[in-house]
Amino acid sequence: MDLDYNQIMSIGVYGSAIGLILIGLYAVLIKKHLTKIVIGLSIIDAGIHLLFIAIGYIKGGTAPIFSPAGEKIVANGGVMVDPVPQALVLTAIVIGFAVTAVALSLVIRLYRHHQTARIDQIKSLKW
Amino acid sequence: MKKLLVLLLLAVVGYSLITAMMGVKFGENRLGDPQDEKTVSAYYLNNTTQKLSVSNVITAIVVNYRGLDTLGEVSVLFLASLGLGSILYRKHKEGEEEVAILKPSSQLLQAGSKLIFPAILMLGAYVFIHGHLTPGGGFQGGAIIATGFLLMMMAYQDYRVSHSVLVWVESLAGITFAGIGMWGLLLGNTFLENFLPIGTLNNLFSGGIIPIIYIAVGFKVAAELTGVLDTLLNIKDKH
Amino acid sequence: MMFEAIVIIILAVILLAAAVYAVMQKDLLYAVIATGVISLILSVFFFIMQAPDVALTEAAIGIALTTIVFIITIRNTSRREDEVPMDHEPDRNENDN
Repeated sequence: MDLDYNQIMSIGVYGSAIGLILIGLYAVLIKKHLTKIVIGLSIIDAGIHLLFIAIGYIKGGTAPIFSPAGEKIVANGGVMVDPVPQALVLTAIVIGFAVTAVALSLVIRLYRHHQTARIDQIKSLKW
Repeated sequence: MKKLLVLLLLAVVGYSLITAMMGVKFGENRLGDPQDEKTVSAYYLNNTTQKLSVSNVITAIVVNYRGLDTLGEVSVLFLASLGLGSILYRKHKEGEEEVAILKPSSQLLQAGSKLIFPAILMLGAYVFIHGHLTPGGGFQGGAIIATGFLLMMMAYQDYRVSHSVLVWVESLAGITFAGIGMWGLLLGNTFLENFLPIGTLNNLFSGGIIPIIYIAVGFKVAAELTGVLDTLLNIKDKH
Repeated sequence: MMFEAIVIIILAVILLAAAVYAVMQKDLLYAVIATGVISLILSVFFFIMQAPDVALTEAAIGIALTTIVFIITIRNTSRREDEVPMDHEPDRNENDN
C-alpha cells in the first residue's frame, strides 16, 4: 500500500462519480419500468454534479466565502477553491429537480391511460 | 444480446471518462496565481470583495456576474411547474366522488409539525436573507420553505395552499427581479448593473442589489416548489 | 488529512452500493429510499470538498423534495417493477373503476 493521499482521493471521488454515471446509464438502457428509468436519470445527474465539484476542488483550499475567518486564511497565503463549478452545480441541482418532476408527471399520465408503467407492455401507439 | 451491447457501450463510455479524468489531477491548483488573473475564477475571487462588497463569491457569480442565467433558470422552474399542472390536469367527471387515499396521520406527527413549521419557515428566510454573507441563498432557502409546506401537507390532509396567493407571490418576485435588471438598463448601464450603494463587507446591508434579488429568488423558488408539491399531492385518481 | 481520505473511501463504497441497490431492487419504494441515501452521501462529499452552498442545496432538494416526488409517483402508479398489469384493454372512459 504505497498510495498517497492524492491518489486515494482521486480514486475515491472520481471513481464514485464515474461509477454513478455508468450505473445510471445502465438503468436507463436496460430497465423497462419508467420510474426506474427516471431513477437512473437522477443517478446520472448526481454523478455529473460530483464530477464538476471534484474538478473545482483545490487541495487545502477553503470555501470561497470571504467571512472574517476566510479572509484571515487568504491573508496567510491560503487558497480558495474554484467558485465557478459550484455556481454551475447549484443551478443544475434545482433544474434537475424540475426535470425529474416533469418526467414523473408524464409517467403518471402514461400509467393512467395504459394501466401500466412498463414500456414493453405499452402496445398502442396513440394516447 | 441487448445486455451485451449495453455493457460494451458502458465499457466504452467508462474507458473514455477514465482516460479523460487521468489528465485532471485531483486537488491541483488550476486557478493560477490569483494576482495575475489568468482565469475567470481568479478574477471573481479577486474582485468580488472590492467591487461588489459581497462575502459569498458563489452568490456574486449566481446573482451578479451570471444574473441573466439565473433569470433564465427561474423561468425554467416556472415553466416546469406550469407544465406539471397542465400534464396532470384532469376534468372532473359527473358523479365522481373524491376518495381519501391516505389514512389520517398520527396525532404525534400533527402536533409535531405544527410546532416545527414556523421554525422551518424562519430557517428558510434566514438562509435567503443572509445569502450574500453565509452559505445559502435564494434556491436553498426556497427549497427549505417548500419542505416546511410539504410537512404540513403530509400531516393535515385538508391543508391547502391557496393557489392565487402562490401565483401572486411568484409574479411579484419575478417582476422584482426583472424590474431591478431593467432599472440598471434605464440608468444607462447594463442589465442587472448595480445601482445601489454597496456598503461595507460582511454587513447585512451590503452588496447593493444582490440581497434584494436573492430574496426575490427565494420567494419565487418557494412558491414554485410548493405549487409543484401541491399539484402532485392532490392528484385525484382511482385507488 | 489521512482521516479525510479514509472517510471518503468508506463513503464512496456506501454510495456505489446504494446506487447498485437502487438499480437492482425490484420494489421501487426501496429503490427510491436508496436514491435518498445517494443524495445524503453526496451532500457530505460536497461539504468535504469545500462547497457548502451546493451541500445545502443537495440536502434540501435531493433528499427531501426529489424523494417525495418519487414516492407520490409510486403511489399513483405501480410499486413493483415486474408487475403484470390487469388483463383488460385500457379504455379512456372506463379507467375509474
